[in-house]
Amino acid sequence: MTYQEKKSIVSLISSILIFVIYGAYKYQSYPDAGSESTEVFRYWGSYVLVLTLVSIIAHIVIGIIFNIVFRITTGEKEPAFADELDKLIELKSYRIGFFLFILGFLLAMGSLVIEQPIRTMFVILIFAGFLSDVSGNVAKLYHYRKGV
Amino acid sequence: MGKNLVGNHIRRLRFNHNEMTQQQLADKVGVTRQTIVALEKGNYSPSLELAFRIAHAFGLPLEDVFYYGEHAEGDGE
Repeated sequence: MTYQEKKSIVSLISSILIFVIYGAYKYQSYPDAGSESTEVFRYWGSYVLVLTLVSIIAHIVIGIIFNIVFRITTGEKEPAFADELDKLIELKSYRIGFFLFILGFLLAMGSLVIEQPIRTMFVILIFAGFLSDVSGNVAKLYHYRKGV
Repeated sequence: MGKNLVGNHIRRLRFNHNEMTQQQLADKVGVTRQTIVALEKGNYSPSLELAFRIAHAFGLPLEDVFYYGEHAEGDGE
C-alpha cells in the first residue's frame, strides 16, 4: 500500500473518531432551554466553531505522527510535493465533498421550510459537513487504488 | 477504471535503461513514484507534458513510449 493510500485511510479514521468523540462529548452539554432561545443558538455556534478548530488541529497532529511512523516503519521519506495525479485526485475528492455538502445544506434549508426545529437544521448541516469530509477521503482512497 | 485508452511501455523501457527504478524515473520527470506505478498499471493517462518528459527521459519519441487503442493497459502487468 502506498503512502497516499495509507494517508487517506488514516485521515478517514481520524475524521470519524474526531466527529464521534466530539459529538458524544458535546451531546452531554445540550442546553435544556427552549428550542429558539439564545443559549441554543450559542450552543450550535460554538459546536461548529470548536469542531472546526479541533478537527484542523487533530488532523495536523495526526498527520505529523503518521509521517513519523511511516518513516520509521518503511524507511522511506513521504513525498515532498503533490504532482499532477495528486492534484487531479484531490480535485475529484473535493468535487464529491462539495456536492454532498451542498445537498446537506439544501436539506437543512428544507427542514426549516417544513417547520422542523432549529436543532434538525443544525444536525443536518453538521452531518453534511462530516459526510463531505468522509466521502472526500473515500474518493481519494478509491482513485489512488483504482486509478483516475 | 476501464476507460483508459492510453497504454505505455514504461516498465519495459525502464529495464532496458540499466534497470532504472520507478523512483529514479519519477525523480527524472518530476512526479512521485505513485504516479509511475499508476502509469505502469494503466490506471492513469498522463498529461501531454508529462508524457513528453517521460519520452525525453528515455531519449525516445512519444509514440515509442505511449500508444493509443482498445485494451491499452500498459505492458507492466
